[in-house]
Amino acid sequence: MIRNPKDLARYTAQERANHWAVGISFILLALSGLAFFHPAFYPLTQLFGGGVWARILHPFIGLLMAASYLVIFLRFRTLNVMTDVDREWISRAGEMMAGDDHNMPEQGKYNGGQKAMFWAMSLSMLLLFVSGILLWRAYFGFPVNAVRLGAVIHAATAAVMIGMIMVHIYAATWVKGTVRAMWYGTVTRAWAKQHHRAWYRQVTGKS
Amino acid sequence: MALQSLDIARRSATTTPPPTVRETTEVAKLIDVSTCIGCKACQAACMEWNDIRDEVGSCSGVFDNPVDLTAKSWTVMRFAEVEEKGNLQWLIRKDGCMHCADPGCLKSCPAPGAIIQYANGIVDFHQENCIGCGYCITGCPFNIPRMSQADNKAYKCTLCSDRVAVGQAPACAKACPTGAIQFGSKEQMKDYADMRIGDLKSRGYDKAGLYDPQGVGGTHVMYVLHHADRPELYRGLPSDPSISPLVSLWKGFAKPLATLSMAAIALGTLFHYVTMGPNEVSKELEDEMEKEDA
Repeated sequence: MIRNPKDLARYTAQERANHWAVGISFILLALSGLAFFHPAFYPLTQLFGGGVWARILHPFIGLLMAASYLVIFLRFRTLNVMTDVDREWISRAGEMMAGDDHNMPEQGKYNGGQKAMFWAMSLSMLLLFVSGILLWRAYFGFPVNAVRLGAVIHAATAAVMIGMIMVHIYAATWVKGTVRAMWYGTVTRAWAKQHHRAWYRQVTGKS
Repeated sequence: MALQSLDIARRSATTTPPPTVRETTEVAKLIDVSTCIGCKACQAACMEWNDIRDEVGSCSGVFDNPVDLTAKSWTVMRFAEVEEKGNLQWLIRKDGCMHCADPGCLKSCPAPGAIIQYANGIVDFHQENCIGCGYCITGCPFNIPRMSQADNKAYKCTLCSDRVAVGQAPACAKACPTGAIQFGSKEQMKDYADMRIGDLKSRGYDKAGLYDPQGVGGTHVMYVLHHADRPELYRGLPSDPSISPLVSLWKGFAKPLATLSMAAIALGTLFHYVTMGPNEVSKELEDEMEKEDA
């Protein structure tokens, strides 16, 4: 991709590094966690040096993800406050998915879908962290009923989270010109004007 | 323990059937609480046969020693002093794995082959396949498996599967001086229990009965209780144990549901892409920017 000095800066290097710290730890957690969830995925433990190593590593990677996501949360929470325009965007997301985004309401740095994803992921992270601590038998010993509840919450939240991340990755793939924002931080002006027009106006001062 | 010559009925984290052509007799251990004298010969025999030596603990003020099951104490006598109508009863129960027909540990275990149910009903842990997650503890309705601090593997009573495989009774049954621990086919043990229960009833224990809880499909360690209507008297023996609904949800329904949902999202996005095409930046806007720069 040709990089143009007039491209718009969307993410700083620190923000990108932060995002990928979460992303890498999430992928490792999903691969090892699925192995404990369903026997069909058990061979994934080989990626971690076997079942025992997968069991040892998973919670520590979890701590890394929780800490990195906490920073993401603090960085981006104010940008993700929901407004009426966002709710309208969400109610009309079907039109966009069907391939027509011309009538979508004008969006700031994040659209309603991205904001909804942000809050859903934040809640999931909290649930995964708390329930994960309940399950960490190497260091903790909680009452068995709490562990059982934790196991259900951890598995259910993780499954939802994996689904959301697949949608998150797909959205970035489907909307061309998006992924580069997470690789080297910039997007084209045309991209910004098409997908985040209010943000485009804000950063360029144009109409 | 893995050196075994018993047929396997079920294997943890395995979705296809094990070899099931050979049919063997279901075995059971019957613990007659009413004839137990609390001598702990069974505990000593268990240590001896299985080569386990627990840390020497300290006296907790009662006869229980050790005070709880551990990775190195696979059976313990639990002593209950029950006072009713001015009578003191000393109820002594040998605690350990019940070898459920529907084992919560096996259902929860994520490691293929770490928990085995033999065709004769014995549920055995194969520690070489254990990954140390402790899900067996989460799944067990009787609070039996214990994690070793030394190797992070889970341990419990094997019902001396190695002895049973060569036609011997478990070490505890062999050592019991009063015949309170009997071993044989499950049918034989039920018959023996009937005889004992008849005797107890004739002596005024009209609530005497067999503990073979159907909530876990029956067990391969059964108790004769003088108060079968109140198993909790025996140091909290659960009156109607079953696998927790949370565990059933987690290791039952949730597994196919979540797997199919994830597959549906992955395929859904792929087909969305190939049917709708990518969402490109419009030519109009790109031209507009080019004009701006010219």
